[in-house]
Amino acid sequence: MAKISMKVNGRDVSGEVEGRTLLVQFLRDQLGLTGTHVGCDTSQCGACTVQVDGKQVKSCTMFAAEAEGAEVSTIEGEAAQDGTLSAIQAAFQEHHGLQCGFCTPGMVMAAKSLLEVNPKPTEAEVRHHLEGNICRCTGYHNIVKAIMAASGQDVGAIAAE
Amino acid sequence: MYAFDFEKPTSVADAVVALKDEDALALGGGQTLIPTLKQRLASPSKLVSLMGIAEMQGVSADGGTLTIGGGTKHAVVAAEAASAYPALAALAGGIGDPAVRNRGTIGGSLANNDPAACYPSAALASGATIVTDKREIAADDYFQGMFTTALDEGEIVTAVKFPIPEAANYQKFEQPASRFALVGVFVAKYADGVRVAVTGASEEGVFRWTEAEEALSGNFSPDAVAGLAASADGMITDLHGSGAYRAHLIGVLTKRAVAAAG
Ligand SMILES: Cc1cc2nc3c(=O)[nH]c(=O)nc-3n(C[C@H](O)[C@H](O)[C@H](O)COP(=O)(O)OP(=O)(O)OC[C@H]3O[C@@H](n4cnc5c(N)ncnc54)[C@H](O)[C@@H]3O)c2cc1C
Ligand code: FES
Ligand code: FES
Repeated sequence: MAKISMKVNGRDVSGEVEGRTLLVQFLRDQLGLTGTHVGCDTSQCGACTVQVDGKQVKSCTMFAAEAEGAEVSTIEGEAAQDGTLSAIQAAFQEHHGLQCGFCTPGMVMAAKSLLEVNPKPTEAEVRHHLEGNICRCTGYHNIVKAIMAASGQDVGAIAAE
Repeated sequence: MYAFDFEKPTSVADAVVALKDEDALALGGGQTLIPTLKQRLASPSKLVSLMGIAEMQGVSADGGTLTIGGGTKHAVVAAEAASAYPALAALAGGIGDPAVRNRGTIGGSLANNDPAACYPSAALASGATIVTDKREIAADDYFQGMFTTALDEGEIVTAVKFPIPEAANYQKFEQPASRFALVGVFVAKYADGVRVAVTGASEEGVFRWTEAEEALSGNFSPDAVAGLAASADGMITDLHGSGAYRAHLIGVLTKRAVAAAG
């Protein structure tokens, strides 16, 4: 066991982990931040997407020890203290960008990572960016629409209501 | 996942020492190794992370050579190699997805030598040099079949040196579920000839398509390879495609790569 410390959603946290403890296990099991989901065992679904030092990563494919000293952002850090949704979250709600909601935390964190570097993406850029995030429910159109809307663009022309 | 110790040295020299332990394994970005550990297909006693080693990071162009540190992530190559070697940057920007590109490294990709990985084709088509903690290995000698390389146990890929071509392009026919190459073709044109490397197709891993190289070295145009057909012998047949289909794709993608390279 080794002691690790990092900042999660602006808060200093620490804990004891094994070498094999994944970042997602540390977040969920030790910090109780269960918004970050695990949808697969093969690093393919993106439900576990978080940011580490501002970069989008799969928290199931990184050891907790590798995040030593890092700044980690998870879905729990998105809404304001009073519960007001972030622009991306509000757009997902408005444009019906979720059904069961299992993929949604990862989708929102992936969208946030995209818009931080590319504030006005094209539809093709949004779809390219979401290649590592799988949704079994929505068929993606409304997720893409929500992200376009969150970037302040007109979404009238995007396929599928 | 079985238990193991975790170490994160800050120099190549310390990593070499740490990897001398029996059953110690290097950890790059973990984008291949962690899924492998989850499936209990590997059981190292110790993982030695190479990600804290500053001397293995970064992209630099000097004269006709682009040097990339072995621990450099795909996303960094996509951004920082774009002006010196745009075809290589585009290849890096097409690996997997954004999260994979923010963790996975060129050294890990070349050490793993997955038969469907992208970087091996670029290294072989560019006649790159693989630099390790103890020697330099020409790409032609480095790749030795599926998941097999010239690396010794515990040997670390510290950098890769790419001669910068006059023109180049990578065409990847994506396997949509894994996003690896069902077939990928990298074409690079140098003053002394053209090199064509194919990934995803052969049971022997990445290879050079020498017939196409000869045809293109005389006439660098899609027409030069129009009459050529790659042999289906030894091509991978699996549920994603037959060997004959893969062989056909090699010709199609080579033509597209030459057209795109201009
Ligand atoms: C969803 C998904 C999609 C992907 N799509 C693609 C794709 O389209 N194309 C593609 O090419 N790849 C793809 N990959 C693989 C990805 O590029 C990996 O990053 C890469 O294969 C391994 O690099 P790594 O740094 O993550 O290495 P790791 O997983 O850490 O290590 C892999 C192996 O290499 C060894 N190793 C690591 N670094 C070094 C080093 N510097 N020197 C010596 N040995 C070392 C390790 O001991 C291990 O055996 C994908 C992966 C995932 C999860
Ligand atoms: S849980 Fe599926 S990619 Fe992490
Ligand atoms: S909303 Fe159900 S998986 Fe995306």
